[in-house]
Amino acid sequence: MSSSPVLFSLDALTGALFLLTALGVVATRQVLASLQLFIMQSLLLTLSAVLLGIAQGSIHLFAVAAITVATKTLLIPWLLRRTVSTEVYRTREIERVLNIPSSLLISAVLIVLAYVVANPLVGTIGIPFIKINLPLGIAAMFLGAFTIAVRREAVPQLLGLLAVENGVFFAGVAIVPNLPVIAELAAAVDVPVVALVVGILTHRIHARLGTTAVGRLATLREQ
Amino acid sequence: MELAGILLVPLLASGFALLPAGRRFAAPVTLLASVIVLGVAAAVAAEAASTRAVAASGEWLACDGLGALVLLLVAFVGFTAALFSWGYIDEGVKHGGRKNVQLYYALYNLFLLSMLSVPLLANVALMWIAVELTTLLSAFLVGFEDTPEALEAAWKYVILTTLGAVLALLGFLILYWGSRIAGLEPFTWQGLVAAAPRIPPTLLWPAFLFILVGFGTKVGLVPMHTWLPDAHSQAPASICALLSGVETTTVLYVILRLFPVVGVAPGLDARPWFIGFGLLSVAVATLLFIQARDFKRMFAFSTVEHMGIILVAAGLGGVDAHLGAAYQMTGHAIAKSFCFFAAGITVLGVGTQDIAAVRGLVRTSPLAGVALLAGGLAIAGAPPFAVFVSEFAIFKAGLARGQFIVVALLAVLVVIAFCAVMLHVNRMVFGVAEHEVRAANVPRSCKLTLALAAIPLFVVGVYVPTPLYELLKAAASAMGG
Repeated sequence: MSSSPVLFSLDALTGALFLLTALGVVATRQVLASLQLFIMQSLLLTLSAVLLGIAQGSIHLFAVAAITVATKTLLIPWLLRRTVSTEVYRTREIERVLNIPSSLLISAVLIVLAYVVANPLVGTIGIPFIKINLPLGIAAMFLGAFTIAVRREAVPQLLGLLAVENGVFFAGVAIVPNLPVIAELAAAVDVPVVALVVGILTHRIHARLGTTAVGRLATLREQ
Repeated sequence: MELAGILLVPLLASGFALLPAGRRFAAPVTLLASVIVLGVAAAVAAEAASTRAVAASGEWLACDGLGALVLLLVAFVGFTAALFSWGYIDEGVKHGGRKNVQLYYALYNLFLLSMLSVPLLANVALMWIAVELTTLLSAFLVGFEDTPEALEAAWKYVILTTLGAVLALLGFLILYWGSRIAGLEPFTWQGLVAAAPRIPPTLLWPAFLFILVGFGTKVGLVPMHTWLPDAHSQAPASICALLSGVETTTVLYVILRLFPVVGVAPGLDARPWFIGFGLLSVAVATLLFIQARDFKRMFAFSTVEHMGIILVAAGLGGVDAHLGAAYQMTGHAIAKSFCFFAAGITVLGVGTQDIAAVRGLVRTSPLAGVALLAGGLAIAGAPPFAVFVSEFAIFKAGLARGQFIVVALLAVLVVIAFCAVMLHVNRMVFGVAEHEVRAANVPRSCKLTLALAAIPLFVVGVYVPTPLYELLKAAASAMGG
């Protein structure tokens, strides 16, 4: 395993940009921008997988990279355009529970929390890339989950969910460089199916209710 | 070979449902497939129980006692729910047309396939995918009625449980990382238990917590349970029976599998986490019972309660408590699916899920009334039923291990829950009807389902056949001492 300092720095840069896109998904005001940020985030995940693949000579990571590009930057945007194009292209503000400054403040706390969670693990084994990818992956995961919580609309919630998935894979490419079938299958099968199911569901909610503000769906709750 | 057959049959049935011939024959073919699956599952379970060996076919499929128990329960409810669907879906879905019914059966078989594969897949990574697919394949079944409420429920179900599954994925990746350090290859449950002492605790611990919280969402553990009453009350009754009766158990199975893995690691104790999450779930479910207004939701709360009890039993530790947990899983699957069948025919009759609107059911629609009463008594844990026996066994095992506070809390909560459930059921069944209710037109297949499902409901609490007892013991030993 060669861990050249150049690759290491490049991965660090990728990681920083990766986190920025995750923050962008939390803060952005429009659905289309949200989608574009998600595509950028997926490309950065791909880049990190390629860098680690080169550094560790792992053919599996190249497969992960190829699958990520195919599913997350091509297939999912295409699926969303097919199923919910009006939602994606309408230019208006996304309904949200919390304003942007407060959201970013909470995001900062979540990033610190991610480092606290990842810290004991990072010390365990000395693959240097884990120091970058694990905490940043967990941070992106937390930010994605937070996005789901503050967004009240279907497509932004889906993008939050996919951002969580990106976070897990960002950590995953570093901690399990010789992924067996797990990540490849999960990435190849699971992610597009999630997008498809949620896309069709959004479509039906829109057709049935005339809105996709799922945050307002509160018929079902305890009195 | 049998194991692969179990997975192949629903796949073929699902494909058939989509063919043009599926327009007329999807329901009987699905029923036939589920009968075959149940037969083979029973054979596998009997073998696992008598030999205590791990039935394996190739390196991909394996099934020990615990897996065989879950497999048998899924196959059983898969069969009764298929029979119930036949009449219920025809009766219930007046709108939509035939195409919809074909889609229903195609997804039904795939959903069953995904649940059957969870206890069968030897590879932990593939098992994660199977769990994730149970959500994705059942999403449209939950939203099948196409009402705003059903779509809302389906939405929450997909988003929250998928989020949970992704959290669990990080846990499994960390677990894989640890197993590589311990020199384990391939990544199987059998291997994990053996390799666990060599996995660094700093990895095992976060992996366990991520999986517990992530899959705990799908099991319906409090505080991640919020989607569960919605999904389990809005889906068609046949799907509710599968969701509540066995889907939760299937995912809980994965968490229980972790117990022996974490249990042998030095310096870690998973038991307080199991007991803590379990007691919290039972407590919150009990409070929710008291204010329940919708009887399908009430049965869903009961699922949260039962999952909590099983988790507490697993956390108490020891063979007796684990035997109680395995017994409770069995009792829950049988009784809860029966309850949702009863609720299904009640809804067909009265056209509402509102507890307050249903009174004097035993006079207006005796079958629904009697079924609801029997189901209510069974899930609340009244004496002749399995849940009573298993809860009693769990209390006894807890006392034997000196866990007095845990047992006392659990006992108080279970008694309150019992009273709350019976109060609601009693009013629905025996109360004075405020207005005339038309006699329910219950399809024949639904009546037959109730009759068939009633047999294990009444029998298993009083008499456990020897092969089933051996199976429960094998399951308990697979959970670790």
